[in-house]
Amino acid sequence: MELIFEKSRPGRSHAYLPACDVPAYAFAKEYLREEAPALPEVSENDLARHYSALERRAFGVNNGFYPLGSCTMKYNPKVNEVTAALPGFTDVHPLQDADTVEGCLEVLDLTKKYLCEITGMDAMTLQPAAGAHGEFTGMMLIKRYHELRGEGEKRVKVIVPDSSHGTNPATGTMNGLQVVSIPSAADGSVDLDALRAAVGEDTAGLMLTNPNTLGIFDKNITEITKIIHEAGGLCYYDGANLNAVMGVVRPGDMGFDCIHLNLHKTFSTPHGGGGPGAGAVGCKEFLANYLPVDCSSAICEIPAESVGKVRSFQGNFLVVVRALTYLLSLGKEGVPASAKTAVLNANYLKALLADTYEMANPGLCMHEFVMTMEKEHKECGVSALDIAKGLLDEGMHAPTIYFPLIVHEALMAEPTETESPETIEAAAETFKKVYRAAMADPEAAHQWPVKAAISRPDEVTAARKPVLRWVKEEA
Amino acid sequence: MNTPKELKYAKTHEWIREEDGLYVLGITDFAQDALGSLVFVNLPEVDDEFEAGDAFCDVESVKAVSDVMTPITGRVVEINEELLDAPELLNEDPYGAWIAKFEGEIEEELMDADEYEEFCENESEE
Repeated sequence: MELIFEKSRPGRSHAYLPACDVPAYAFAKEYLREEAPALPEVSENDLARHYSALERRAFGVNNGFYPLGSCTMKYNPKVNEVTAALPGFTDVHPLQDADTVEGCLEVLDLTKKYLCEITGMDAMTLQPAAGAHGEFTGMMLIKRYHELRGEGEKRVKVIVPDSSHGTNPATGTMNGLQVVSIPSAADGSVDLDALRAAVGEDTAGLMLTNPNTLGIFDKNITEITKIIHEAGGLCYYDGANLNAVMGVVRPGDMGFDCIHLNLHKTFSTPHGGGGPGAGAVGCKEFLANYLPVDCSSAICEIPAESVGKVRSFQGNFLVVVRALTYLLSLGKEGVPASAKTAVLNANYLKALLADTYEMANPGLCMHEFVMTMEKEHKECGVSALDIAKGLLDEGMHAPTIYFPLIVHEALMAEPTETESPETIEAAAETFKKVYRAAMADPEAAHQWPVKAAISRPDEVTAARKPVLRWVKEEA
Repeated sequence: MNTPKELKYAKTHEWIREEDGLYVLGITDFAQDALGSLVFVNLPEVDDEFEAGDAFCDVESVKAVSDVMTPITGRVVEINEELLDAPELLNEDPYGAWIAKFEGEIEEELMDADEYEEFCENESEE
C-alpha cells in the first residue's frame, strides 16, 4: 500500500489551526529552517482511510488470540483508557507546582506502594520508560552499591543463565560489566554446580528471570540467591514473567535485592507497537538512596549517592495511571487470582497440545510453555517458522519462535489469564490443524502465509541492507 | 559439509590456521550452516587480549546472536574489517572469511578434520 507521503498532493491538506491571535514572535535567523519540511498533505477523508487501512493490516489482542510467549499480551481493560483520559491527568504540566497536582502525585505514590507490596521491595522508581531501560537502571543500582563500598574495580562480572532474555547480557555489557553465561540443568533450572563454580570475589551480581523462559519456577531459587549473596554479589530479578506469580510469591522473599517490572505487560497497559511502556524499578532499603531522583522542577538537586536521572520528570505518567487503575480494579484478591488463572490457562493449552506437539519440558508449567519442532524439522523439513506462518493464515497471532535459544525450533506460547476456556480450546484446534496440514504437505507449509497482507518478508536482506527512511524520488 | 584437511578445529566450531607465527581464526562451515544467514559481525579490536575459552567476537543471524570463542590465550594482531560491511562472506566462504589473527598460545586441545567431522556428526544426533 502507498505511504501517507506518497498519497500527498501539494495544497491538499486540511487546516484546523485558527488564525494566530497573539503577537508574532520573530526567531533569530539561525534558528529558522530555509525550506518547509516535507510533511504529507492529504484531505481528512484520505487520512482517516489511510489509518483505517493500516489498522486492518495490523493484528492486536483486540483482533484475536495472541499467545506471544514472554510478552504477556493480556487484554487491556477499557476502564484503563477512561481514567488515563481524565483531564486531571492529561491537562497537567510536569513543571506545575506540586500543590496543584496533588492527585497526580498520589497516583505515583500509591502505585509505588502497591508495587512494593507485590514485589516485597522497599522503594520504587517509575522513571524508566521500558523493560530494558528498567534493567539498565536496576543494574546501575547494583554497580553503584559496589562502587560506594570500594569494590567497583573488583566486582566486574554479572552472571546470566543461558535461558535468559537477550536484554540481560546487553544490560550487563552496557553497564560496563563482563557477562558470564552459565548453562541450565536438564530440567531448565539454574545448574547449581555451574553457579557455584562461576561466583567469586569478582561477582557483581546475578540477573535472573523466575519463572524462567521455559515457564519453570526454579525450585532452588532461595539457594541460588544465597550462593550469590555469600559471594558478595547482589541479585537482580527480571520481572518479565511476574504475571505468573504476582500476589502469590514475592521476589523480595526469594532473596532478590532489585527488580524491574514491565507495567505494560503484567499490569495491562497497551504495548507491542513500540510503546510507550513503563519499567518500574524496585529495590530493598539498602539500595534506596541510589535510585534515580524524581524531579518536579526544572532544576533538580541530585543527591551524591543517586545514580542520577534516567528519564525526564516522572516517566510515562499515563501508563502508570493505567497500571494503577488495573491494580485497583483487581484488588488484593484479584491480583493473585489473575496470576493463578494465567498459570491454569497455560497448563490447559499445554495439556490440549501435548498429543500433537513435543514439549521441551513435560509436566506442569507456569504462565508459558515451550514446544519444539526439532524432530519434525530434521525428518521432513517442517520448522517452527512454518507453523508460526500457518497460524497467521488461520487468523491467530503466532507464538514466540526460536526463543529460548536453548530449545531448537522452539515455539513458546503464553495465553495469559484473559482468555476463556472456549478461546483456548479453539486455539488448540487451530494449532493442531496447522500441524497436520504442515506435516501432510511440507512444501506448501514453506509458502505460508498465503492470506496475510505480507507473505514472508526477506528478513536477511532487511537486516543486511535496511531501508529505514522513505526518500522522495526526484521528478 | 566442507572440512579442509589442513586446518585445526575447536569444539566451539572455530577453525584455526597457523600463518607466519600467528593464528588465524574463523567459523566452520558447520557453524555457519547452523547459524543461518549472518547479518552482523561484532569484531574485537586490535590489541584486545583474551584468554582461551573467552568470546572474542559475536555474530548475529536473523534468529539470534552467538559468541565466537578463541582457544588461544593472547593478543589480537589483525582483524578482517571487510566482514563489517559484508557479514555474508562468513556464509559464502567460511574458510576464506577469517575473523581475526592472534599471537599467543593455543591452550585448548584442538581436533583435526576427521575428528571434527565425527564430532559434528555426534552433535547433530543429540
